[in-house]
Amino acid sequence: MTLAQPSHDDTIVEHVPTPLLDVVGLSKSFPVRRGVLRRVVANVRAVDGVDLKIAPGETLGLVGESGSGKSTTGRLVLRLIEPDRGIVRLAGTDITALDRNALRAARADMQMIFQDPLASLDPSATILDSVAEPLSVHLHMSGAARTERVLDLLEQVGLTSRHLYRLPAELSGGQRQRVSIARALALNPKVLVLDEPVSALDVSTQAQVVNLLSDLQREHGMSYLFIAHDLAVVRRVSQHIAVMYLGRIVESGPAEVIYTNPRHPYTQALLSATPIPNPVLQRERTRIILRGEVPSPADPPPGCHFHTRCPYVMEVCRVVNPPRTETPDGSSVVCHLHVSSASSSAAVENTARD
Amino acid sequence: MTPGSDPSPATRLMDSRQPVILAVEHLSVAVDSPDGPLGLIDDVSFDIRQGETLGLVGESGSGKTVTSLAVIGLLPRNVRTVGGAVRVGDTDLVGMPERAMRRVRGRDIAMVFQEPLSSLNPAFTIGNQIAEMVRAHEPVSRRGARARAVEMLDLAGIPQPQKRFHDYPHTFSGGMRQRAMIAMALTCHPKLLIADEPTTALDVTIQAQILELLRSLQREFGTAMLFVTHDLGVVADICDRVCVMYAGQVVEQSNVETLFAQPCHPYTDGLLRSVPQGASSTSRLATIPGVVPPADQMPAGCRFAPRCDFAVAACSAAAPQLESSASGGLARCCRQHELHLRGAQ
Repeated sequence: MTLAQPSHDDTIVEHVPTPLLDVVGLSKSFPVRRGVLRRVVANVRAVDGVDLKIAPGETLGLVGESGSGKSTTGRLVLRLIEPDRGIVRLAGTDITALDRNALRAARADMQMIFQDPLASLDPSATILDSVAEPLSVHLHMSGAARTERVLDLLEQVGLTSRHLYRLPAELSGGQRQRVSIARALALNPKVLVLDEPVSALDVSTQAQVVNLLSDLQREHGMSYLFIAHDLAVVRRVSQHIAVMYLGRIVESGPAEVIYTNPRHPYTQALLSATPIPNPVLQRERTRIILRGEVPSPADPPPGCHFHTRCPYVMEVCRVVNPPRTETPDGSSVVCHLHVSSASSSAAVENTARD
Repeated sequence: MTPGSDPSPATRLMDSRQPVILAVEHLSVAVDSPDGPLGLIDDVSFDIRQGETLGLVGESGSGKTVTSLAVIGLLPRNVRTVGGAVRVGDTDLVGMPERAMRRVRGRDIAMVFQEPLSSLNPAFTIGNQIAEMVRAHEPVSRRGARARAVEMLDLAGIPQPQKRFHDYPHTFSGGMRQRAMIAMALTCHPKLLIADEPTTALDVTIQAQILELLRSLQREFGTAMLFVTHDLGVVADICDRVCVMYAGQVVEQSNVETLFAQPCHPYTDGLLRSVPQGASSTSRLATIPGVVPPADQMPAGCRFAPRCDFAVAACSAAAPQLESSASGGLARCCRQHELHLRGAQ
């Protein structure tokens, strides 16, 4: 295996490895149509200038609430949806520039796992057929060799030959998610995009699947884009975190920095709202309870998108979208509270000139 | 701001002088099957005092939702209560005719569900549905019922309640719908509120708002609450006492601090240790192997034994009883006094 192993331990990495997945300025709007003429009445800016980097063998946790654009980002990265703007480089190749055939070949390197395997697996196909499909399509495998490979994949995810001829409905939720993981592994992908992979599972099953995903990552050196709303699960699996709010990344950086020293008021509120499974600590915590709800992405507020709910809102926040500021801990935050006054007033002037 | 919100609710010690609002005694529920009735809930007992929140915790298939539906008499057609009592005050609700039960629901017991959209009528405005509820239980005028509905929407933290009174459920966001549902449930000041996964479908910042709302309304009305959830973080946040259910039985009952600090049943211990906590690490999360057995394949003896790390021959030989535990609660495990479980620490 030539790919770097995940840096779980505290070894100091001498130089920053070239990211395996490098996303720059990814944007996507969806038109909202109304009336008989299906006129476009608004544009939902689902994803608005998102940058992401994932090193080989590492996990980036993408967190945010409903409507933050995290799932759309996952689909854009795989080009399951065409982006409006932006670059997605996978091992140096810009996949947004590929034609259909080249894209199909590139897809072998990137697979996606969804929250509900019952929806993503064909209900009338046996487990064998579901896992064999990518092998037939991409590698033109057939017969005994293909069945053998399917068995090997099932064993890797903790299933056995007993499951080969079952239908998805005959399996438990955890087993079904194992099947979709086996199917995703079939082509030895470099990147897995996991969209809420354990959210529908009970806590004991969730722990089994989280362990399985960690084992597979260590064995195969895959990179994960782990999209979830459960901050405890994300912290457990990720080396880096990006927090999204209304289509934009508001804070990103090393997982421990984000969790122990969150800078953005939204990240702080999100962490504060997640209950700790310890009644003594949970009851003693000071909580930030945000007022109001996430505004509609079809009509996001001007300036900083978070200003309508932010406990520290200032005048500048209502007008100017804050620039990204690097912190000494290696994280970056998009918030006026963390901008030096000079660059902040420069931003105000720039907007005034526009 | 939610009414009477308190950022750091002090742990309330349950006053045993508070009256018992709900007493569930030896409740058993079965589903009809071609091979005769199949037990879903087996000998479940607990009580809840005024102003207290009891958590009913477990994984899918543990029987927590069936228990709560049996309490309020809303079991599906082919599922029946086959034994035990559900006492509210001096009245046993088991076997009560549906007409009488209808008077109890809403007035004495109310319920909020995970998905409020399925329990609100899409064809009527939110306000009308709440006003209707008032008029069904109390001799008030149309105008009086309307005023009460607006007042409840306001208490539930819905902005511009006068205006939102006239809106249909689909125009509310998920969080606002759950607020409306809670407003409706508490309109007639029921003694008991059953909340079945009320925040599971909500985002975490909205969940925090709803939990705060439930807490403040509970304080205001002194409502007893039966809180059904699978989320141990939510349990730690809102419950005073907890019943852990597994395969249709209560396997442990304890007050919330003790449950987390000193679990006495291996299943509780497994649940606590499966919850991811802390930083990314190479150490593996604790898991409970296997899944909850279906109702027609209940193992003999202890129902948890096939998944239990501590199982010995005696476990499958005889079904363990719910007995006093070292932590001052109850646990259903024949080895509970020789095991030293550590929970999440």
